[in-house]
Amino acid sequence: MKNKTRILISKLGLDGHDRGAKLVAHTLKNAGMDVIYLGIRQTVRQVVDTAIRDKVDYLGLSFLAGDHMTLVSKVVRELKERQAGNIKLIVGGIILKHHVPELKSLGVQHVFLPGTPLEEIANYIKTDSATQNT
Amino acid sequence: MSTIKTANDKWQDTILQDQLERSPELNDSFTTESGIPVKRLYTPLDLEQTDYLADIGFPGAYPYTRGVYPTMYRGRHWTMRMYAGFGTAEDTNQRFRYLLKEGMRGLSIAFDLPTQLGYDSDNPLAEGSVGRVGVAVDSLADMEIIFNGIPLDRISTSMTINAPAAVLLAMYIALGEKQGVSAENLTGTTQNDILKEFIARGTYIFPPGPSMKLAMDVVEHCFKHLPKWNTMSITGYHIREAGADAVQELAFTLANAIAYIEAAQNRGLNVDDFASRLSYSLGCHRDLFEEIAKFRAARRIFAKIMKERFQAKDPKSQLFRTFSGSCGSTLVAQQPLNNTVRITMHALMGILGGHQAIHTASWDEGYALPAEDASKLSLRTQQILAHESGLCNTIDPLAGSYYVESLTSEIEKRVTDYLQTIDELGGMLKAIESGFIADEIQESSLKLQQAIDSGEKSIIGLNKYIEEETDTPQSEYLQIDQEIDEQQKEKLAKVKAARDSVAVAKALKDLDDAMDRDENLMIPIIAAVKEYATVGEICGAIRNKWGEFSDSSSV
Repeated sequence: MKNKTRILISKLGLDGHDRGAKLVAHTLKNAGMDVIYLGIRQTVRQVVDTAIRDKVDYLGLSFLAGDHMTLVSKVVRELKERQAGNIKLIVGGIILKHHVPELKSLGVQHVFLPGTPLEEIANYIKTDSATQNT
Repeated sequence: MSTIKTANDKWQDTILQDQLERSPELNDSFTTESGIPVKRLYTPLDLEQTDYLADIGFPGAYPYTRGVYPTMYRGRHWTMRMYAGFGTAEDTNQRFRYLLKEGMRGLSIAFDLPTQLGYDSDNPLAEGSVGRVGVAVDSLADMEIIFNGIPLDRISTSMTINAPAAVLLAMYIALGEKQGVSAENLTGTTQNDILKEFIARGTYIFPPGPSMKLAMDVVEHCFKHLPKWNTMSITGYHIREAGADAVQELAFTLANAIAYIEAAQNRGLNVDDFASRLSYSLGCHRDLFEEIAKFRAARRIFAKIMKERFQAKDPKSQLFRTFSGSCGSTLVAQQPLNNTVRITMHALMGILGGHQAIHTASWDEGYALPAEDASKLSLRTQQILAHESGLCNTIDPLAGSYYVESLTSEIEKRVTDYLQTIDELGGMLKAIESGFIADEIQESSLKLQQAIDSGEKSIIGLNKYIEEETDTPQSEYLQIDQEIDEQQKEKLAKVKAARDSVAVAKALKDLDDAMDRDENLMIPIIAAVKEYATVGEICGAIRNKWGEFSDSSSV
């Protein structure tokens, strides 16, 4: 039997608006996933360390302060340098639509824009992880 | 009353019943945004328990339900505040001059996150955040630029700053001195509400105990030297934005206020010496009547707390003076121009709620920082309501509405119950530390989000009347210059090279000594900022002594 999907949810940088991150973490946990919630003000190093140590399948990052481009680049670099490119990166928050292609070209698998229903996020991950495991 | 009751029963059994049989109502039950049940109809029967003189009364008189001043907007309109501050100090100065020219009387500054967290722009943790959500302030030099050409005795400045409030206020005092404006003539507000950072906004630095001490240093210093300064803006806005409902927003705000007042009393301050310099801020959310009732209830509960719990004698201590802001979370990224309507409603809530200052968001804030024309439209919205609509002709026009009065009393009851629970938990600090507050907020937050996701709660453009979107060209958004980090770092390096480093070191040592002696830190901080010691250096010295708080919340 396949293991539970494991996802790390966190916020990088200095922004403390964590309502969205907490709601997503809560929803995924209720959807039966193994959720590690690291909370606010984490550094790239802390998040990547935890993701690797706890062997997560997904890394979900929430941004509401316009710092996503800078910080996502760093996460991608750090994951690659540490041979953890298999961890899938999912991003959500207040993100301009025209940043989506840029984020994807950096290596983000999916971006959830403002107004995304919580269920849609849970379903996306369920479907995606099922596809990977069959 | 009995005739009304008879007539009411008869109406229900005949006219209403007939209609319901022919055509049922849209929902089985109706509630406010916060889930308070709403009846079909309110009549004088709902106000049977209300005592006009004791519960409603007159504006400018206890219990202030109808407003804190006797003439309200007939005497003076509310202060129209725009929350501005982004990019560099130069950009902010330009925006402030523009807004002043457009008729604003009060300025409101947003600081970037590194400043709010006590980091300089050259700190590695600041990378990517410099100038992003507000203006970057490293040293007094930045404040000198922000207020260049703006005389501090002609404006009032509201600073959204909490953990390092003492440092930013010290800079404002030093700046006033340079302009020849003495501290006693400075007017404005420091948010300085650290408790809500632990429960909602997350912008804390030091652990709760020492953080309270620093916040109280500001209160005490202002009592002695800045009599016109509003030392704290105790803020429900962020608690609401973190997911609390209207009742929780008000209850937790008042519980924080109680904690501060007790802390100030423990310092030996008399409640009437400082309470009149505390101001309050609440959000304007979606439900018009609930918000208005919340604001009216807030004034009444607060007046009672001040009179009965704290025995405040000075009527000014009993005034719940409020600044209200559009809740950004009610703005929708889809079909963003629709937000102008939502923002107009926010302004209406603030005005009918009797606020002293009102901030309206801009229509583009669902996805970006406001552009100049969007920000101007938001100011014009308030001006149209103030000058064209007749809203200001009479005081508290919704008083006496069977519904609004009933809702006001219901909110008062629910808030009072919460305050009692918090007292039973041992006060707000304990309630925060035990996780009670966070759990309550999380539950409401989830409930609201689920109602939106399921479509039970309609949000136009998001889950109802959805349209295929056309792409808005990039040039219409306010873009923050990507080079800003580098520019700010260079500026900081220049300041550091030009200042007297021996004097800076001595000032920081004096601050350190003052902490050892457990003195009020305002005096040594003012001395340090005058030597151009930076926000990062001053907060760093305090961090070294007091340590940092780290969150361990669960989901």
